[in-house]
Amino acid sequence: MKRIGIVGYSQNKIKRDAGSANEVELIMPVVHKVLETTNLTQSHIDFTCSGSCDYLQGAAFAFVEGLNAIQTYPPIKESHVEMDAAWALYESYLRILSGEAEIALVYGFGKSSPGNLDQIMSLQLDPYYVAPLSPDRVNLAGLQANSMMKAGILTREEMYLAISAASRNGLNNPNAIKIDNPSWDEYLMGEIVSSPLTKFDCSPVSDGASAMIIATEDACEKFNLSPVWIDKIGHQVDSANLGFRDLTQVKPVSDLLEKFKIDLSSIDVIESHTQFSHEVVLLSKIFNCSIEEINPSGGPLVGNVMMAAGLDAIGHTFEKLQNHSAKTGLAHAASGPCLQQNLLAYLRCDS
Amino acid sequence: MIPAAVIGIGQTKYDSKRRDVSMPGLIREAIDKAIIQAGVEWQDIDAVVLGKAPDMFEGVMMPELFLADAIGAYNKPLLRVHTAGSVGGSTAIMAATHITSGQYKCVLTVSFEKQSESNATWALSPKYPYTPHINAGAGGYFAPYMREYIRRSKAPEHIGWQVAVKDRRNANLNPLAHLQIPNIDLEMVKNTPMLWEPLRYLESCPSSDGACALVIASKEVAKGKNAAWIKGMSIRSEGTLSAGRDEVNPLAGQMCAKDIYSQAGITNPLKEIDCAEIYVPFSWYEPMWLENLGFAELNQGWKFTDSGKTELSGEIPFNMSGGVLSSNPIGASGMIRFGEAALQVMGLAGEHQVDNANVAMGHAYGGAAQFFAMWIVSSHQ
Repeated sequence: MKRIGIVGYSQNKIKRDAGSANEVELIMPVVHKVLETTNLTQSHIDFTCSGSCDYLQGAAFAFVEGLNAIQTYPPIKESHVEMDAAWALYESYLRILSGEAEIALVYGFGKSSPGNLDQIMSLQLDPYYVAPLSPDRVNLAGLQANSMMKAGILTREEMYLAISAASRNGLNNPNAIKIDNPSWDEYLMGEIVSSPLTKFDCSPVSDGASAMIIATEDACEKFNLSPVWIDKIGHQVDSANLGFRDLTQVKPVSDLLEKFKIDLSSIDVIESHTQFSHEVVLLSKIFNCSIEEINPSGGPLVGNVMMAAGLDAIGHTFEKLQNHSAKTGLAHAASGPCLQQNLLAYLRCDS
Repeated sequence: MIPAAVIGIGQTKYDSKRRDVSMPGLIREAIDKAIIQAGVEWQDIDAVVLGKAPDMFEGVMMPELFLADAIGAYNKPLLRVHTAGSVGGSTAIMAATHITSGQYKCVLTVSFEKQSESNATWALSPKYPYTPHINAGAGGYFAPYMREYIRRSKAPEHIGWQVAVKDRRNANLNPLAHLQIPNIDLEMVKNTPMLWEPLRYLESCPSSDGACALVIASKEVAKGKNAAWIKGMSIRSEGTLSAGRDEVNPLAGQMCAKDIYSQAGITNPLKEIDCAEIYVPFSWYEPMWLENLGFAELNQGWKFTDSGKTELSGEIPFNMSGGVLSSNPIGASGMIRFGEAALQVMGLAGEHQVDNANVAMGHAYGGAAQFFAMWIVSSHQ
């Protein structure tokens, strides 16, 4: 099988409110930057794929507006997923494997500040049986946190640890949002959003964009690119019926890990798409690492650009491998209520 | 390219309001038919790819998540494609790419729209922050392109009516088609109200509820089955605001067609393609695409329509099923074109079957005539 590697990644500084910046103004800087870092031009790109969601922008065809950020004349091979851009990366990966392209550009963007994100996300729910009950995004996350507490696999201490680690790690991430690092007492007194989740446990509403370039081994040699190999990549979706799921587990992640057959103890860096503190705890348990070890970038708790945060987990992992501070990395992307849909990418450097 | 073939096609009955079914029910109507025709079981499906146009058409954000169980994606990879009106085509191509990548053996793909859940023209014309508001809908948006085509080609007014009549006569042979107008003729079309000059009411597509599903498989899975082999497939996009673009005869469409012809070894599409299901949501798009896709010379496409070359028994039949003009569940309309092309080469198109159809083309476009998806299928591997 053809080897495919990530050769570049760039991310905007994440903002809580990007003001009047439109899609083009969010995307164009990251596309230009990722091309600059790889010494490629848009004419080298054989395939482009983006991830975005119309409901965040509040208008149909958000991706059509976004397309004006890149060179499209003469026309290009281009597609779009109404998903996190981590899945746009997966589509690009399949396109390259099928021989359709050698070099692909992936970008994701989201501007959540104009609306009420928690309420908007509840439009994802089953419109017949669940949405009329109008649970919002944090209510459902609270449900999962409660299930974990009842099962004895989650404590407030662990949640606090996740927040402190994210806040600390975020200080070393120039693109992260500065979040409060509450004292233990402040955390316990924190305003409850949806029990047991306080405002500290939730990721900040964020605006931004990210871009990534992947290439075949041949293209890497030809253009003198230094790839981090996508050794394994896969994704899986769980049932939509929360009552059918064991919310103390993330079955798609466990299934994918079993398929990948990788030794978790040998992985140097793990970045997860965890939007709430209890999700950090849950994923760190599944990945068999400590709460302090997971998400060295700070993760979504210090910047959660919808439709790009999954790609960012892969991008941050790539950065650690590219600068040789790690040799192997595992990145996780998620979508849907209570981690319904998950993607894992196992990255590796040539030793 | 690793060979891939369509082995099952399933379509719902198209109608303006399918109140008898929920969204999952509508989609399952198509999926169940496709799986039965393919002769596979649920456990044979390795991945599911779902496509649809903007989520605001039903008011559910990323509906594939809540549909995961109904579409059999539970515990499997699920991908959601959205490329505007071309989405049904690009979704079929993405599903086929799963096979040609060598990573999957049998993929289910489905696309749908349940437009009765909302108002399509409203959903297409929201006020967008920081940009001027064009409250046009699709017909108003495309009408200037058609007027420009008429100016360039000097085509007579009745061409649009002819396309409308021809496609609706074909629809009368397709029991699944939304519009069934038994006594349709030029007079009837001509006497309907003008919507967006030059388009009269019966020259426009309807708003439909419906779904289409395909099972696409590798050579091993397709062995011994009636199959439509994918000989060429491609996509092209150009930006809405790209300087120099010709909206009437878009370069993206020309390039996409050239790409699939070259993959399929076709040098003369008119002679080598037996029939085509082409995305014609408004009558004048038939002559426009005849030229854009290389079937006719520039400004001569309307003469094909005029002389009956695109009729069911013509030299290059266009939209044997009745086309988008007769059934238009937007997100599925592209996949219906791709699926109907497959039905023709499999010999399963029923009353609207073209005799000895061995090579057929499926086509979809979207956005401001800027996104294109096309494929060529053949009865031979």
